[in-house]
Amino acid sequence: MSDTAINTMGNKAQNLAADNAPLIAADGTPLKQKLAKTTRTMKTRAFLLTMPLVLFIIISFVIPIGQMLHRGFYNPAVSNVMPNFSVAIKDWDETTGELPPEEIFEIFVKDMTLARKNREVGKTIGNMATRINYEMPGSRSLFTKSARKAGKITQGPYKEALLAIDKKWDNHALWRTIKRASNDYTLSFFLAALDMKYNENGEITRADPLYQIYIPILMKTLFLSALITAICFVIAYPVAYLLSTLPLRTSNLLMILVLLPFWTSLLVRTSAWIAMLQQQGIINNIFVFLGLLEDESRIQMIYNQTGTIISMVHILLPFMILPLYSVMKTIPPSYMRAAKSMGATNSYAFRRVYFPQTIPGIAAGTLLVFILAIGYYITPALVGGSDGLFISNLIADHIKKTLNWSLGSALAAILLVIVMIFYWMYNKLVGVDKLKFG
Amino acid sequence: MTKEQKFHSNLGLGALLLATVAFFFLTGSFAGTIGFFLIFGIPFFAMGQLPGYATIKDKVGKYIFLTVCTLIFIFLITPILIIIPLSFNAEPYFTFTEGMLNLEASAYSSRWYADIFRFGMTAPDGTENWWSDMWNNATWIRATRNSFFIAIFATLLATFFGTLAALGLSRPEMPYRAQITSLLISPMIVPLVITATGMFFFFAQKDIFPFFPESLVNTYTGLILAHATLGVPFVIITVTATLSGFDRSLIRASQGLGATGWTTFRKVIMPLITPGMISGALFAFITSFDEVVAVIFLADVDQRTIPRQMFSGLREQISPTILAVATILVLISIALLTTLELLRRRSERLRGLSPG
Repeated sequence: MSDTAINTMGNKAQNLAADNAPLIAADGTPLKQKLAKTTRTMKTRAFLLTMPLVLFIIISFVIPIGQMLHRGFYNPAVSNVMPNFSVAIKDWDETTGELPPEEIFEIFVKDMTLARKNREVGKTIGNMATRINYEMPGSRSLFTKSARKAGKITQGPYKEALLAIDKKWDNHALWRTIKRASNDYTLSFFLAALDMKYNENGEITRADPLYQIYIPILMKTLFLSALITAICFVIAYPVAYLLSTLPLRTSNLLMILVLLPFWTSLLVRTSAWIAMLQQQGIINNIFVFLGLLEDESRIQMIYNQTGTIISMVHILLPFMILPLYSVMKTIPPSYMRAAKSMGATNSYAFRRVYFPQTIPGIAAGTLLVFILAIGYYITPALVGGSDGLFISNLIADHIKKTLNWSLGSALAAILLVIVMIFYWMYNKLVGVDKLKFG
Repeated sequence: MTKEQKFHSNLGLGALLLATVAFFFLTGSFAGTIGFFLIFGIPFFAMGQLPGYATIKDKVGKYIFLTVCTLIFIFLITPILIIIPLSFNAEPYFTFTEGMLNLEASAYSSRWYADIFRFGMTAPDGTENWWSDMWNNATWIRATRNSFFIAIFATLLATFFGTLAALGLSRPEMPYRAQITSLLISPMIVPLVITATGMFFFFAQKDIFPFFPESLVNTYTGLILAHATLGVPFVIITVTATLSGFDRSLIRASQGLGATGWTTFRKVIMPLITPGMISGALFAFITSFDEVVAVIFLADVDQRTIPRQMFSGLREQISPTILAVATILVLISIALLTTLELLRRRSERLRGLSPG
């Protein structure tokens, strides 16, 4: 481009060049500037083409997820219900070991009376009681009971009046908890999601062994995903090898057997596995028919971990076969033949020559399958029973059933961080532009 | 073929037949024997001719390898094919009955296919206004209408924005290509529960969009936006894959011959990327058609789609109607797969014409 430009510029330009002046483009601007300008225009044009989609993804995907992550830290239950009190209690110095002063009690009782009178949706004493009860189990009834009677307290001393309603208000730890919960931003839910909590002194400790449920489920999710990935790898490797060595016509036909499950609805495949694996299902029938099992001792293979593993392996297998296949197809068969002709045994040639060349495909397949497996929700929910549940199922339960949105969001944030670490690894090792289907 | 090789293959064939006969006498079942012969016979016939230097060990190894592959292919395809005969079960079970195995005609029935139309109707046996009753009230029919409505609009959105972005991303001068690509692919990577939760909270707010004051939860708009987001990565991946083999000198040639930017796009770029765009659109369509997590979070009973209906069917009352629907879905995916394969061939043929 620049060569032709110089040639067509004629004598004037050549004279200028001889004088060490900058090269000039056809329209008289220096060539360097002109090039920079053109490059910039082209860059902007490419960038503008992607802009609509980037904006769309930011609005419908990034912002919603960001908001959800925020919700894991942010819980304004107390300041919503008792706006004045949540400001006032910040001045209380809990290190003295005494209850808050009389004026804070006054604001507390007045806020409580007001909240009870207004009964705004989402801003009732009940909402606040749930929040405190979450930190200090068993305190819920104290709030609801006192709120009913607080209306009768019309004048001071408010502290004594409140203590007269219930002795439990005379509890330093309770007020410390309330003060901590009055802060809109809290780590409580992330701690809970990691099976930790604040103890009575406001220190972070491990939760009671009985309440440690999230870390074990998270570990189980990671373990099952790794297991599913490993099984997928073991199954996919020979198939991908076969497909890559067959003549194109045959391998295209066999590829249909891989792609058809890939294109079939997840729900279809899950219901097919229910039909296959249930106690009166086809697999058990075959076992009984072959005499491997007695009719009475049919195995329960669905609604437990086994069912989850089998159906997820089936569902995720194409994601392992396709990247392996696309890498194996590029390996020339002559390499193996060369190794063997030089005296390598089959297994030695495979280990030292073939296998190392398939590692990019292995990295792509295993990472993709692991990433997809770790966030699975539908299949565990349908065939997992109680011991085949994944962390996603707990998140969905907190969002849809128990309505503990902050805890659900905190769990989701932890899952998201794990997935993002693996996505980052995938980007580094494989490159996101290598992703392909079929 | 040397004499020795022939001997081995004859020996193998003899052993296979002998084993099949032995299996038949042991079990006394025709179906079982056919299955046995297929499982162990397919790898035998697929072995083909091995080079002359192959030892017995090589042959046995190859045979075992092919048997394993056959079993894996059976594992892949059986669950999908098995639901087709199961959906014609006369009994309300998810399993083969005695009569079905003996091929009795009375054990088969198409009642579950009729049930797709009848379930949920106010008067399934009435004659007056049967069609409008079916169209408006039958649960599965409404789910089908919802599925197609949502999927079509989500596909249009995802394909339009996705193709535009892929055109930008595949330009050599694109800045921040890696970062933007990973951002646009991430809806496929982030667990669906997280995406759906985020959208559920976000769409539940009122006044998020100035032109749309109401909350978007339990609306078609919300679902279409959600599904378009989830379909975008597939469009990007397929269209950029098509563009990666694109010969950019064609653009310069067309410009050199005096075409404007728009004409170049319409006459040169479009025909070449159309196959990739259509397969991207098919991916986006099937993603939306198949998606259930976002529907669980964002939809009301009125917006239930086919997979959502199957999900609650599998959780609440398992009936073979689900298998009948599943069979239809399998047929749809076979049709889509065929379309895709034809497109791929067309694209290869077109690209074969262009150098590079």
